Amino acid sequence: MTEPSPAVLAKVTPVLTKRWSAPDAWRRETYERLDGYRALHKALAVHPDDLVQLVKDSGLRGRGGAGFPTGMKWGFIPQNTDKPVYLVVNADEGEPGTCKDLPLMTHDPHSLIEGCIIAAYAIRAHHAFIYVRGEAVNAARRLRHAVAEAYEEGYLGRNILDSGFDLDLIIHSGAGAYICGEETALLDSLEGYRGQPRLRPPFPATHGLYAAPTVVNNVGTIASVPYIVLGGAAWWRTMGTEKSSGPMIYSLSGRVVHPGQYECSMGITLRELIELAGGMLPGHNLKFWTPGGSSTPLLTADHQDVPLDFESVAAAGSILGTTATQIFSDSDCPVYATYRWLEFYHHESCGKCTPCREGNYWMVGTYRRILSGQGTHADLDTLLDTCDNILGRSFCGLGDGATSPVTSSIQYFKQDYLDYIEGKVPPKLHGHELVGAS
Amino acid sequence: MLADLADRAREIIARYPEGRSRSALLPMLHLVHAEEGCVAADGIAFCAEMLGLTRAEVSAVATFYTMYKRRPAGDWLVSVCTNTMCDVLGGGRVFEMLSEYLDVGHDETTADGTITLEHAECLAACDYGPVMTVNYEFFDKVDVETALGIVTALQSGERPKPTRGARLCTLKEMSLQLAGFGGLDGWEDTGVADGVAGDATLRTNRLAERHGISVADFDPDTPIGRPDKAAAPAPAKVPEANKPASDGKPAGDSPLPQRDSLKEGRT
Repeated sequence: MTEPSPAVLAKVTPVLTKRWSAPDAWRRETYERLDGYRALHKALAVHPDDLVQLVKDSGLRGRGGAGFPTGMKWGFIPQNTDKPVYLVVNADEGEPGTCKDLPLMTHDPHSLIEGCIIAAYAIRAHHAFIYVRGEAVNAARRLRHAVAEAYEEGYLGRNILDSGFDLDLIIHSGAGAYICGEETALLDSLEGYRGQPRLRPPFPATHGLYAAPTVVNNVGTIASVPYIVLGGAAWWRTMGTEKSSGPMIYSLSGRVVHPGQYECSMGITLRELIELAGGMLPGHNLKFWTPGGSSTPLLTADHQDVPLDFESVAAAGSILGTTATQIFSDSDCPVYATYRWLEFYHHESCGKCTPCREGNYWMVGTYRRILSGQGTHADLDTLLDTCDNILGRSFCGLGDGATSPVTSSIQYFKQDYLDYIEGKVPPKLHGHELVGAS
Repeated sequence: MLADLADRAREIIARYPEGRSRSALLPMLHLVHAEEGCVAADGIAFCAEMLGLTRAEVSAVATFYTMYKRRPAGDWLVSVCTNTMCDVLGGGRVFEMLSEYLDVGHDETTADGTITLEHAECLAACDYGPVMTVNYEFFDKVDVETALGIVTALQSGERPKPTRGARLCTLKEMSLQLAGFGGLDGWEDTGVADGVAGDATLRTNRLAERHGISVADFDPDTPIGRPDKAAAPAPAKVPEANKPASDGKPAGDSPLPQRDSLKEGRT
């Protein structure tokens, strides 16, 4: 295996992943030996507003996909209200391709807990919740253990470290629903309802959990906070780009030699990431990839030099999303890949909004028809027309996300569709001749 | 007996803020699942009664989430990821083979009641694909042969060791964990210490070790200060239990008064 070049290695920035290889870093004592809870002592000694300002100065943007400036989100929380303020961590990781939050919570759970305490102090919350995806039992087990340790040591509970600050932290396991990764659906689920998105405005900043001011942040966002508190905003900005600061965990999966988690300076390119991952698997040539999960439009081999930061990926017609780069080669079929994603969106649509619920159902049927060799040229127009009627017409982004692989795969790989329709390749599916026949 | 769960149910309710007992519903449904291996009519009635909800309200929630099984599930829930990445890497074939071997379809349980098979959507372990889970514990990079080996081991009463994570427990025991309860001796008893990080998880660490990489200029004692040295205005209203700490700040950084209740700065 050829080693990555020094220029590419210089973009590797182990920050949030640093403790993952330390044995027992999930235990409090080990965590404390590795700078753990040092940021908390530091943070509790300053004014909460200074922490909000610090996070604003760092340029930290949300790691859950949308990239909203974190300090600004914290600053939206009204402080002149009688209502309690809540912090909710979105740990419902499930966007296809995304696998960075589960290892963080499993191998370094205290970093998330420390981040929660600091963030809660900054926004003046006395209740914080980590909503963990139900299936993520390893992460939840380690988190619950770590929370128990944190209470024992006085990092949680009443009068934390004699600062006068109180915080209760609750680990809440979900029960299997991708939609709960959408922040308002998550809040409904946390309140004990079906996880369905809410109409916005009002936004969670004023009407979130229990209709009270709430900050909802991703795991990676909150886990970044202790490092910013320790190293400072200027240090954080030495990584990444001007508008997309800091390190980012890129999750590589698929046809590369070493799939895995690569924490790099934001703005690294796919070509460089593949180099870090030991190259493409022998016999495989890059054909298409997602920059940040299946809800972000596909990119192609022509986009390998796009800097993977929020602005550059948007300029290339896609979305940075969760930096889940799923890498497919010329032995993978973009039509079939899109069909499988559509099955996913169809299954996970919560059913609240008609365009998403019905649109995904019908698109799955259309894909089955195409892939079973029964498609017509009009089916491509039907798909694009259906996407037009889903995009922007539902409460949340699930429907929008579903259209991403459809429109982008038709844009870049129309010939692959035509090959099925015109019988130039053998059908991939059998026995689904009628739309909706399943 | 569901009635025996009342104490645990009250324990769950007590975790949530005063007057917000409905938030306990999801963990309580996991609790019912731990007792009965599914969420059935009596479990729904139990939750409804404990929380002062109607059965229809509880039912609406219980039927929304895929982890609550409607019919008694086996001791071993085998979930094969068939989302795009795992599917193209071979997960689809694994599911088909297991379905044929066990003679059950998606969300069905074998005739002897031991194994429930399902295909799962993305399990957030794409760097280990194709993956399958048994009671949500990961078996990485499975193929037709290894998957069959895992299932036949389960059938013969063994508990194969997951690739990462904890030793296997039954689905009912796992449901108890999901409700937020540890084992008899607390979390240690649940295998919280089991398993090490996999190779894919540690790619950044391995590159860093191999090439001596660390992020430069990290000084954990960097003062928290506003770059313009301007003071933060006091918040309009600070909750009583939440007094701002100011005396640990670097000298001259804030005009806020010292507060007696605050300890010396520890930074």
